[in-house]
Amino acid sequence: MFTDFFYTLRKRKVPVSVTEWMTLMEALNGNCITNLDEFYYLARAILVKSEAHYDHYDVAFQEYFKGIEGPADISEQILEWLKDPINRMTLTEAERALFDNMDLDELIKELEKRLKEQTEQHDGGDYWIGRGGSSPFGHSGYNPAGIRIGGQSGGRHAIQVAQERRFRNYRSDLTLDVRQIKMALRGLRELNRIGPEDELDLEKTIQATCKNAGDIEFVWTRSRKNAVKVLLLMDVGGSMQPFAQLCSLLFSAAHSSSHFKDFQYFYFHNCIYDSLYRDIERREAISTEHLLRTLEPDYKVVLVGDASMAVQELTERYGAIYYYERNDTPGIIWLKRIADHFTHSVWLNPETQNSWNHPTVQMTGKLFPMFELTLDGLGQAAKKLVVKK
Amino acid sequence: MSNDGFDRFKGSSDYVTSRPLRSAVNVSITLQRPLLIRGEPGTGKTLLAHSIAKGLKKKLIIWNIKSTTKAQEGLYVYDTVQRLNDSRFGDRDVSDIKQYIKLGKLGQAFASPEQIVLLIDEVDKADIEFPNDLLNELDEMSFYIPETNETISAIHRPIAVITSNAEKELPDAFLRRCIFHYIEFPDAKLMEEIVKVHFPDIKNNLLQEALRTFYSLRQIDQFRKKPSTSELIDWIRALIAGGLAEEKISSEIPFIGTLLKKEPDYNYFVKTRMSRSGDYDTRR
Repeated sequence: MFTDFFYTLRKRKVPVSVTEWMTLMEALNGNCITNLDEFYYLARAILVKSEAHYDHYDVAFQEYFKGIEGPADISEQILEWLKDPINRMTLTEAERALFDNMDLDELIKELEKRLKEQTEQHDGGDYWIGRGGSSPFGHSGYNPAGIRIGGQSGGRHAIQVAQERRFRNYRSDLTLDVRQIKMALRGLRELNRIGPEDELDLEKTIQATCKNAGDIEFVWTRSRKNAVKVLLLMDVGGSMQPFAQLCSLLFSAAHSSSHFKDFQYFYFHNCIYDSLYRDIERREAISTEHLLRTLEPDYKVVLVGDASMAVQELTERYGAIYYYERNDTPGIIWLKRIADHFTHSVWLNPETQNSWNHPTVQMTGKLFPMFELTLDGLGQAAKKLVVKK
Repeated sequence: MSNDGFDRFKGSSDYVTSRPLRSAVNVSITLQRPLLIRGEPGTGKTLLAHSIAKGLKKKLIIWNIKSTTKAQEGLYVYDTVQRLNDSRFGDRDVSDIKQYIKLGKLGQAFASPEQIVLLIDEVDKADIEFPNDLLNELDEMSFYIPETNETISAIHRPIAVITSNAEKELPDAFLRRCIFHYIEFPDAKLMEEIVKVHFPDIKNNLLQEALRTFYSLRQIDQFRKKPSTSELIDWIRALIAGGLAEEKISSEIPFIGTLLKKEPDYNYFVKTRMSRSGDYDTRR
């Protein structure tokens, strides 16, 4: 049953497993549902396990069940709408006059005819049923005698609910806010036993007590704490301007994440050369060399930038876009030094992956594993940063 | 599996549900799978379990999860220290291990002679591995106590409700076994019903004024924490107790402290308010 729907869901990136699918089949066997609306909610409750995937689900549902909801259903809804005199009251005087001009039966006949002729969803235009436009049928239209189908009219149907795609904002590949980023950063942890000995080690206590001929002897141990140290390097150059908001979110999340043992951050423009900066205005410089000398290799390095620049800015001596920067060493060498010095480093790119074919992005991508600056990308990056090498 | 159990949960007199939520609850009862509830703080995740228990007239067992909670504690605790202590002073018969085994909340739910509602509250507070440790127990609804060579298995599978604030990702294996529902923030119409449940004889214009103000506040994106349902309820309670004129609600927003809980939010609100109406009295 509906096996294609399973694959439609998977195609739309809803992570459905066979276990869940079997659960759904079990539920369907139990005659729990009687119509498509109930199926929509039932299947969503069983198959989708995160509000981040609700939107993917809506899209897949729309794709698979489009056209299932027959015309009869819609005209029934309209008939009901028309039967209720209160609905007529919501029209203005002029509209009502116009409305009365049109014969009701005629209107419905015409609607059914058009519904049959129409094969796809339609927005705009003045004939087909859909949204906008001035056809008498559909919603958000201009025709004063028009009948609102779906839209705000009380009885909501599954396809329409799916069409609304209200959960678009919960998609994890789109939205980021500080809290969500913090969540993603929580993946960055390595638990080590550090700090004062304040945890009772039961095993050893028993052991020691036995040795002590039953006289209780407590053994304490250090509790497990996160040992991850993070170094954040952010590009604040001109081409990063559109992503300033996103980067500041990442920064505030990382900065307020209390679970890192140490957190250091520096800024650069376009590419890293001889110096890094403590502030966005680049007043307080610190030499990159010094940084590499003083920071231990076990810092997890997160570089944020679009990595797209003129090729010579990356590969040539004195290639820096600011002439006073006068770099003796090409930027790419500096990047390589960073990649070599630290054991774990990643590059987060706010641009979407399909625009990464720029030559300098490619070159940087060879030095650092590159991820999109989205929740998914951040999660993958965090994983990359804690794997043992 | 029989169908007669399906429409069992219909909400209770003091808790208004939406159709998708009812559907999710009933699926979970029928399929006997845990129901995982997520949503903004203050949308009534925890209250749902209370409402199910009330609606179905069943006992409710609550297991509050903290960051230090271990899965084992929910099953049973073997009080070794007590036993060790007793062995030193010979107060009790230490050879009877049973008296040192204390069932946790999950164990109590399994051992209960009647079906009960089990609420595992804020499951994401615990360690990332916590849900994984409970996989088998929630699946089979039974566990084994090696110390006494006993198996505790559920006489009636409890109706399990698990709430989460999405502070941590839950493991996939755990999710696969659950029925999931995300409680959306209620729209104005549903909210009206919810408020009426709490205040059955609230004056209509007071309600409308309060709701309009509330939703306009929620639209301000600069707030770190937008006011939610429970704050609205508190606020309306204050409004009724204060007995202020209705037309003052939207213009002055009295008792703003019940709606905005963070200092920056409050400051932002006062600042924008000041700039809008220059002579606003800040002492209020």
